[in-house]
Amino acid sequence: MPLLKVTIDNIEVEVEAGTTIMNAARKIGGSVVPPAMCYYSKLEGSGGYCRTCLVKVSQGSFKDNRPMPKLVASCRTPVQDGMVVQNRTSPEVMDNRRAITEFLLINHPLDCPVCDQAGECHLQDLSYEHGLEVTRTEEDRRTFDPIDIGDLIKLHMNRCILCYRCVKVADQITDGRVHGVLGRGDHSEISTLIQKAVDNDFSGNMIDVCPVGALTDKTFRFKSRVWFTRPFDAHRECSKCCGKTVLWMKGEEILRVTGRKDKYGELEEFICNDCRFEHKENVDWIVEGPRKIERHSVISQNHYEKLDIPEDGEETE
Amino acid sequence: MAEKILLKNIDVPGLASFEVYRKLGGYSAVEKVLKNFTPDQVTSEVTKSGLRGRGGAGFPAGMKWGFIDKKTNNPRYFVCNFDESEPGTFKDRHIGQLNPHQLIEGMILGSYALGARTSYIYIRGELFYVLRIIEKAIAEAYKNGFLGENILGSGYSLDLYCQPGAGAYICGEETALLESLEGKRGNPRIKPPFPAVVGLYGCPTVVNNVETIAALPWIINNGGEAYSAVGIGNSKGTKLISACGHINKPGIYEIELGLPVEEFIYSDEYCGGIRPGHTLKAVVAGGSSVPILPANLILKTAEGKPRLMSYESLSEGGFQSGTMLGSGGFIVMDETTCIVKNLLTFAKFYHHESCGQCSPCREGTGWMEKILHRIESGHGTMKDIDLLVDISKHIEGNTICPLGDAAAWPVASAIRHFREEFEEHVKLQKCPF
Ligand SMILES: Cc1cc2nc3c(=O)[nH]c(=O)nc-3n(C[C@H](O)[C@H](O)[C@H](O)COP(=O)(O)O)c2cc1C
Ligand code: SF4
Ligand code: SF4
Ligand code: FES
Repeated sequence: MPLLKVTIDNIEVEVEAGTTIMNAARKIGGSVVPPAMCYYSKLEGSGGYCRTCLVKVSQGSFKDNRPMPKLVASCRTPVQDGMVVQNRTSPEVMDNRRAITEFLLINHPLDCPVCDQAGECHLQDLSYEHGLEVTRTEEDRRTFDPIDIGDLIKLHMNRCILCYRCVKVADQITDGRVHGVLGRGDHSEISTLIQKAVDNDFSGNMIDVCPVGALTDKTFRFKSRVWFTRPFDAHRECSKCCGKTVLWMKGEEILRVTGRKDKYGELEEFICNDCRFEHKENVDWIVEGPRKIERHSVISQNHYEKLDIPEDGEETE
Repeated sequence: MAEKILLKNIDVPGLASFEVYRKLGGYSAVEKVLKNFTPDQVTSEVTKSGLRGRGGAGFPAGMKWGFIDKKTNNPRYFVCNFDESEPGTFKDRHIGQLNPHQLIEGMILGSYALGARTSYIYIRGELFYVLRIIEKAIAEAYKNGFLGENILGSGYSLDLYCQPGAGAYICGEETALLESLEGKRGNPRIKPPFPAVVGLYGCPTVVNNVETIAALPWIINNGGEAYSAVGIGNSKGTKLISACGHINKPGIYEIELGLPVEEFIYSDEYCGGIRPGHTLKAVVAGGSSVPILPANLILKTAEGKPRLMSYESLSEGGFQSGTMLGSGGFIVMDETTCIVKNLLTFAKFYHHESCGQCSPCREGTGWMEKILHRIESGHGTMKDIDLLVDISKHIEGNTICPLGDAAAWPVASAIRHFREEFEEHVKLQKCPF
């Protein structure tokens, strides 16, 4: 199959047919990559919901060089040969991304000070980069009571941005699905059927895929701000999953176990609940060394590892 | 109008029964087609007729049918969109309730043309009494050999089902409809792929509106050319208009496309004018989602030409000074109407009906409703008016399905044409009406 040529923010890249604009941009890397709040490369059919990844297609292809009439979701739009895409170079894209960020925030409680996700929250990062400094809403926000979905996971529906990632996890990597979206519009909620407990070997991955603090680990709840913990790659022999995890340590204590996330905040591999919730002793794990956090985030500001700082003082990824 | 195409026999008592419909020449188009037409010939008549989809978007029906890949071995489906829930639109119900066999006959014709062996009428959940009527009519059609195995000995077999939804406007969006029909949550799909390629159960599917399908028997009986002789420009044939609001004769009218708007509103054959002692203020011409126009712009275009009831004429001037024919829900308002309050009602509807998949529509519709509520109840500021415009602009075009646009356009157009009225609410700190 011949490769397709696509230009994103003036940088050319060649990709296979069927590649989305998002993944072509990830192939280039750096600032041409649109932010993704719902797309998750390991979950089939994900993406298309949040609209933060909207980009402008200023030329459809070599064959049809017209621009596309609307902004398109880069995570769900396949590239064509000769496509020209604008992400950061389009003021229209940046303006709409600002608006989308605002939409995602108008019903969000902004309770970061008491949220376990703070510090590793994609919505915080997005707002920091694209949000307004002031809020233009004075209306009440929709509210739900936090609920337990099973013994191990807490759901704060108030914080949910309805990215559908956890729904797809429940659908695709756990068995006996009991979890989905109820209701409609801004009153829809993630829930389990009649509050049935989510109880299966891989349900904990919902916590890791959740971009915000809507699904959190009850065994880690309020134990520490993440930036006071130090992440270490570790592994163990596990019959259910790869056993490769990150241990979040405070002193000698393992406060939390998660999967390993790449620079887009996506899990490299899903892990089982056994590894995540049941193994918090040092003897359970073989520690490989400090985890390099590649995403820009406050957690990477914690100097547990020497960052590669070039001459001009800016850190590289 | 010379001859009615859709509502010709609508007043005949007992029309909903097979006997009466048949006696009036019903099902002759099915007989004609099964005897003398190949499926492609049916499609070609429909293409010739110039018939456009009556569900709102006005997409040429023949062209849509042509997108179906007939070479696949997968089944193909023909689906009727009977979810009619747009505020102001109540025309499909009229056909389903009074002339269900006309719809069934159209379903058979379309199914034959597309090679569908199973077809569905997806009906809005609230129209349960219409569902009963249609189910009875389907049973009669089976009994008389027009549905089921080997119809009229032609070798063509078709099963037809009527499936009620659960009362969600969003299930009128064709891909949400298909999801719902499959038994899933009615969320619109991300397109492409379009239903012609991946539709119901992953198979090629055509979704058409009730009124589109109900026009098929006449087109087959009289020929595509005869149909295209009716109407004007690229607006062929007749259209049902459900007219409501401050007119003397609200109701459902069949008009020849190209009828002057002024004649439609004021002649006794149609709306019979504005109620006594009042004057026309504004019209929403095609269901709640199309831009509202003030009296001067609905009667005449910005260039002073008379505005006609046709796809082209109503959209002349773009959104700056025009609107759309949409689904034909014609809402007339006199000078006693508060535009802000009316808009608030629409905004409530879209907020309530948003499926919630994509953030601009899920969050933006509720936000706009709250701001409109504030302005209407006298707590708004001048900034709120600009904020509304700003929000609507950032919903428009940024969503998965057109419900986002449908929520944004009424807001943008009401402020475009009636800004003073919004400002008056702010200045007086109350609704002036
Ligand atoms: C939110 C929304 C609601 C809709 N509701 C209806 C409806 O109730 N009936 C309908 O025929 N089309 C409706 N449509 C349009 C359909 O998606 C589709 O275009 C139509 O059924 C195609 O039929 P046609 O080509 O015969 O018009 C709706 C579209 C949207 C976006
Ligand atoms: S709970 Fe989290 S993962 Fe699930 S839809 Fe909400 S934001 Fe997404
Ligand atoms: S535009 Fe609204 S109704 Fe359509 S998919 Fe998005 S949230 Fe759902
Ligand atoms: S990441 Fe593409 S729409 Fe959410």
